[in-house]
Order: sequence, then C-alpha cells, then structure tokens
Amino acid sequence: MDNKNRIYFDNAATTPVRKEVFDEIRPYFTELYGNASSIYEIAHQSQKAMEKARRQVASAIGARDSEIFFTAGGSESDNWAIKGVADALSNKGKHIITTKIEHHAVLHTCEFLEKHGYDVTYLPVDEYGLVSVDELKNALRPDTILISVMFANNEIGTIEPVAEIGKIAREHGIYFHTDAVQAVGHVNINVNDMNIDLLSMSGHKLGAPKGIGALYIRSGVKISNLIHGGGQEKGKRAGTENIPGIVGLGKAIELAVSEIDTENERLIKMRDRIIESITSSISHSRLNGHPEKRLPGNVNISFEFIEGEGMLLLLDNKGISASSGSACTSGSLDPSHVLLSIGLPHEKAHGSLRLTLSRNNTMEEVEYFLKEIGPIVERLRQMSPLYEEFIKNNRAV
Amino acid sequence: MEYSAKVMEHFMNPRNVGEMEKPSGVGTVGNAKCGDIMKVYLDIDKDGVIHDAKFKTFGCGAAVATSSMATELVKGKTVNEALEVTNKAVMEALDGLPPVKVHCSCLAEEAIHAALWDYCEKTGRKIEGLKKPVNDIDELHH
Repeated sequence: MDNKNRIYFDNAATTPVRKEVFDEIRPYFTELYGNASSIYEIAHQSQKAMEKARRQVASAIGARDSEIFFTAGGSESDNWAIKGVADALSNKGKHIITTKIEHHAVLHTCEFLEKHGYDVTYLPVDEYGLVSVDELKNALRPDTILISVMFANNEIGTIEPVAEIGKIAREHGIYFHTDAVQAVGHVNINVNDMNIDLLSMSGHKLGAPKGIGALYIRSGVKISNLIHGGGQEKGKRAGTENIPGIVGLGKAIELAVSEIDTENERLIKMRDRIIESITSSISHSRLNGHPEKRLPGNVNISFEFIEGEGMLLLLDNKGISASSGSACTSGSLDPSHVLLSIGLPHEKAHGSLRLTLSRNNTMEEVEYFLKEIGPIVERLRQMSPLYEEFIKNNRAV
Repeated sequence: MEYSAKVMEHFMNPRNVGEMEKPSGVGTVGNAKCGDIMKVYLDIDKDGVIHDAKFKTFGCGAAVATSSMATELVKGKTVNEALEVTNKAVMEALDGLPPVKVHCSCLAEEAIHAALWDYCEKTGRKIEGLKKPVNDIDELHH
C-alpha cells in the first residue's frame, strides 16, 4: 500500500508538517538563512520572523511574548523546567511533586534529581488516570519547590485538573510546571487563568517540524539555564536559533488554536464512535482513561487475552498505523507505566491499542478501521493460550 | 525496529497453530506479566519421532513467528534431534531477530523442552541432555 492511502492513527507520536506550515518555513532554509544574532539585513529578517513566531506561540496560551523561550523540543523543555527550577531554588528546598504517569522526559529527569539529593513525590492516579487534588495537598511540604503535573496524558488522553492544581500551587507559593506537549493546540489553555508558571510544548505534535519546542516561563520565575553558551533567548538558552523550526512552530500553533473548537467537535465524534463501537461489539474490551476528561483525538482500549504488538502488525498489514502500551512495543519487558498506574494488570496492559486522531483523519477511515479490528482481535485470540484457557474454564462452569 | 521478511511471513501465516486432543507431551512457558506465553503440543510415536506439533502463543510478532518456526523445525525429528532446535537455530531460520526480541526465541526453545519433559514424565523415557523446564522463563533469562 502506498503512503497516500495509509491511515495514520498515531498522531500523538508525531504529525506530518502541515502544508501551510511548510510553505511558511521553506524560505528560511535557502534564502533567509541569516543568523538572527548578526547585524546585516537577512539576519534582521530571521530576527523578525522569530519574534513573530514568539507572538504566535505566546498568544496561543495567553502569555506575554517575553515569556516564551524556544527549545529543541518537549523533552528539552521538561528537562529545563525541572532541573532549572530545582537548581535555582535549591537553597529554598529540595522537594518536587509530580505524578506516576508523566512522560519519561519528566520522570527520568526527576529520577536524575533524586540521585543528586532531591526528594520526589510521585502522586498516584485513579482508575481514569486522574490526579487527586487532595493527595496533592497532602504531599505539600515546607521544602516543596516545584509541582510538575502533565496537562494531558500521552497514552490514555486523560486531561488533568490543571486549573485546580495551579490554584493550589499559587496559594502555597510553589512553582507549577505542566508538560502540555499533548494538549497545546487541542485544548484551550490560558497560563494566567490556570496559574501555570512553566509550560512545555513541542512542535511536531501539532503540524510543525520535529526538533522544535518551547518553554513558557512566567515573568519573575527563578530558573537556571540548561544549555550554556551564547547569549540567545535573552541569555537563557544558548545555541543559534532554529529559525525554520521556530517559524513553523509559530504558524502551526496559530493554525491549531484557531481551529480548536471546530476540529474538536469533529474529532470527538470520531473518537466516541470508535470507543462505542469497539466496547459494545468486541467482548472483553475496555476503555482506558477517562470517558469525558479526555483529549479529543485519543482512543486507548485494552483487549483481553492478546498482546498489542500483534495487533499493530496486523493493522499495519491493513494499512493502519497505530500504537500500543505493550512491553514489546516499548522496547522493555514492562508494559506502559501509565496503564499499570491506572490499575491494569500486566496482561491487560500488554493488550492495549492506542489510536490518536488528527485533523487529517476522516470518519471514512474510522469506519474502515472498525471493519478490520474485530477480525484481527479474533484471529489473535484464536492463537492465544490465555483465551483457550478462558473458554475452557467458562465451559466447565 | 523492523522484522525480517521471514519473521513477518511466519507471523502473518503461522504454521501449526492449534491444540491437540491427546498430545504425547505438552509444555507451557513464559508468563502474562512479561507479555509472552507459549504452549506447545507434541505428537510423538513409539519410536520417538515427532509426528506433529501445535502451538498457541500470547505474545508479540517475534513470539508468534518463533513458535511457528520452532514447531516446523521439530516436526519429523526424533526427540533427541529435537534438542538441536535451539533458540539460535530458530533465530537463524528466521533470518535473525531485532536485539530486543532475542528473548522470544528462548521462549520457543523452552516450550519445546517443556513439552518433551512432559512426554518423558508420561512415558518414563529419558532424553539425554534434557533439563527440567522452568515455568517462568524470565527468571531464567533476565
């Protein structure tokens, strides 16, 4: 099957660069290649393009231009926010609160800090993946310097009570960072209304190129540098600016935010059609994550008795790209830490299927997928010793 | 990560999927926790020749493909020859596996050994070099 006819349901992994975005960034590779720090005309053009993008990004989340700092992506933004605040406030305290279901860019950064004398509380989540605001309050200590809770989970799509968490953080004078990589452009965000002090975002999740991201840093927040070197980004983030990426991020985020309401209505219809159809027609399947507090394009379903990678290979054979939380697809022996954290036993976590839809997907594609998934699950179950055992035990009863 | 064409072919069209009513030996290895369970049935005649092999596998593409290949390789062999169907032999027959999937080939070898052990216990025979299988293969290999 050629790539044009393929159905791409893995938009939380990455997205294609939007045509409007590509058109906008193209001149910055070959004609407008100036280093924004230089004195001559093409450098000014780079500078202007970058400042336009900064405005676009800032206005998408209700921030000021001066509070947006470009990075190489979501992981750098998460690393910078957490390590930077930990370092800057180490005299005030060494306690950080986060959750068990964060992206590894947050979790592994926190684990790194634990090795360097910091104390981290990993909040549990409920069966839907929601953080309890009460548990957060109980975890607060006089030496807590940072709360880092993701805006929306990348695997199960659960949208966290960010505004409530921000309020608590503000009341206690603690910085609040949110990894909003999956949320920006899909959920309406206002850093002031939500009392967010630091926010990570990534370009390639919303139609900009890979290798570009940004960190919102509220004016006045104390944070040390992560990347040391030249004086770019007001001396806070060294390295010659990735102008094509920056221009792309600005354009993509502006487009995405302007389309949020219409696009979400369409995505939610497709999302709920998939969830309802599968959970009603395929036995022993269940939705992972919250039914409503959920990213508009995210579907995550576990099928008992089967393993996720087999599903992905058979779907791929039908031209459908998707992902799974199974160990085999994570490159480790353990299934997704997110699925385990919401209480799924290992075998159900292995049998998960994640579909993440975007503006490029259509209801026709959804219907095609729904036609294919039933026989694929059945085929793998017929091959599964767990299903064989289940059928035998049920016959005996 | 990409599988070889041969792995994909055996995953898409697995040989010997199924159960047996009265197997000469049956073995189950792996566990659901790590995401791999393989069950192998063997039909062995009085001369110790494996006439038929069937399997059921809960696991990834590599686990299914190695189950398929391993059961193919033991068919027609004597129980002693079947010990030569090692994880290395299965992997080579599949034109290799991605590094993170090598443990899947161990599962196939262990499942066949477990089925042969069951056969020995049922018949009172001995196969030289065959060791008692461990149920949890991951305790063995990780």
